[in-house]
Amino acid sequence: MLWLGVAYLAALGALFVTSLWAQNDFTGEIERVWTFDNFRQLWDFPVYRTIAFRTIGIAALVTAIDALLAFPIALYMAKVASPRVRRLMVIAVLMPLWASYLVKAYAWRGMFSEGGLIDWLGSPFGLHSPGYGLAATTITLAYLWLPYMILPIFAGLERVPDSLFEASGDLGAGSFTTIRRVVLPMAFPAVVAGSIFTFSLSLGDYIAVTIVGGAGQLIGTVVYANVGSANNLPFAAAFATVPVVVMLIYLAAVRRTGALENL
Amino acid sequence: MNAPLIIDRRLKAVLRGLTGLVLLVVYVPLVLVVVNSFNVDRTFTWPPPSLTLHWWNVAAHSTGARHALLVSVEVALLATAIALVLGTSAGLALRRTRFFGRNVVSLLIILPIALPGIVTGIALNNAFRTMLGLELGFLTIVVAHATFCIVTVFNNVQARIQRLGPSLEQASADLGAGPFTTFRLVTFPMLRSALLAGGLLAFGLSFDEIVVTTFTAGPQEQTLPIWIFQNLFRPNQAPVVNVVAAVLVLISAVPIYLAQRLSGDVVSGGAAGAH
Repeated sequence: MLWLGVAYLAALGALFVTSLWAQNDFTGEIERVWTFDNFRQLWDFPVYRTIAFRTIGIAALVTAIDALLAFPIALYMAKVASPRVRRLMVIAVLMPLWASYLVKAYAWRGMFSEGGLIDWLGSPFGLHSPGYGLAATTITLAYLWLPYMILPIFAGLERVPDSLFEASGDLGAGSFTTIRRVVLPMAFPAVVAGSIFTFSLSLGDYIAVTIVGGAGQLIGTVVYANVGSANNLPFAAAFATVPVVVMLIYLAAVRRTGALENL
Repeated sequence: MNAPLIIDRRLKAVLRGLTGLVLLVVYVPLVLVVVNSFNVDRTFTWPPPSLTLHWWNVAAHSTGARHALLVSVEVALLATAIALVLGTSAGLALRRTRFFGRNVVSLLIILPIALPGIVTGIALNNAFRTMLGLELGFLTIVVAHATFCIVTVFNNVQARIQRLGPSLEQASADLGAGPFTTFRLVTFPMLRSALLAGGLLAFGLSFDEIVVTTFTAGPQEQTLPIWIFQNLFRPNQAPVVNVVAAVLVLISAVPIYLAQRLSGDVVSGGAAGAH
């Protein structure tokens, strides 16, 4: 506990403090002068605003795609598959989670490459790989975080008793009505729990963006560039507080749904 | 427990089809990586013109990759060890006390996994460099990794403790055992499989971690993910990277096998053990 409190919270606090410091343009030294310049710079340059909103948009899109893909799988695993198939499915979903994150992003670099698998599959239909860019980034991120969405929804659906399905059927509802009116509302907190992962992981990602994103910039890549080559830690710190604020707002918003107990 | 009859045949078929399709999409890229490691061509051309074992031989002799692998294993072992000790103590300490602000504490525990990795990374980078004045290196990687590994161990321990309740330990105390004897003979055996599962997860997370590592590793120390990332864009190194990637895909079956032997504990821990 102490470790978490000291190492983590202190580091977060220090990060925020640093974002209020200035950097000497000439020497590159950090000057411990209190200023809002970094935040003002964030707001004044339209390019940073665009990048921030683009990042949030992609994170939201990735979350939506994952929720759409994960729900049928989770429903199949929880309520249709036999116990043996379910066990195998859990392994099948978990296995990619253990495969290295970097390797998976790299695999998609191979998929999207010129003359790669997607080009080859698409060529009979006259389709081409979208190449490296925002579309590739969205697909890769959705791929990377899909298991984080499937597992909470699966756990949530498993807790829905079978008798509710029967009751709904006895009251005259068809399968689709049952899913829409009974299953979806009950699975909602689990979906939100999964979305915390997919949303947060997408907000901060810069590795996959660098690998398949082409020239597209997101918050992560800007922060990375500012810590590394540009060496402007205060500005990087200021920009990094954007995803923190977004996440805190998101966590506060979903607390009511009881999603945090579903983690 | 059989599937309820109310889900009709048509919907079942749709669900089965969708599930199969998504699983296919999930596994195709992984298979592609493995096949590509045998590809004669240096790029990702599909289908491969011809297959070869040459790159595997080259990779086996790559000193950079081998050294990075060693660093990764060392960091993961140390971080897991720290996480096991501190995560268990935190889990045990939190159980006994019903203090003010428990909700705050639970939010605090979610925070390192709910906030983007890049934030954790630059927060620690900033703390190490400007606040503590430390040189980035092996030690800072271990501390950074331990910080998020604690969460997975803590989660597993906490879940197990809540399921078991205090009665066994109370019985042990009633029979005259001191706190240390109780821990050694009762508490620890109860926690053993939870600790194994949490430790396995912590090791896997640390071994795979790149975002936080980038910001806390010095220029000298490279973990395997960092090595891959730095060599990824060099056309000359691409075949070696392909082989390393293929090896990592194949190795990922090992923890799954171990986890299955440890029963389903890792399943629940996995969802909470994000980056």
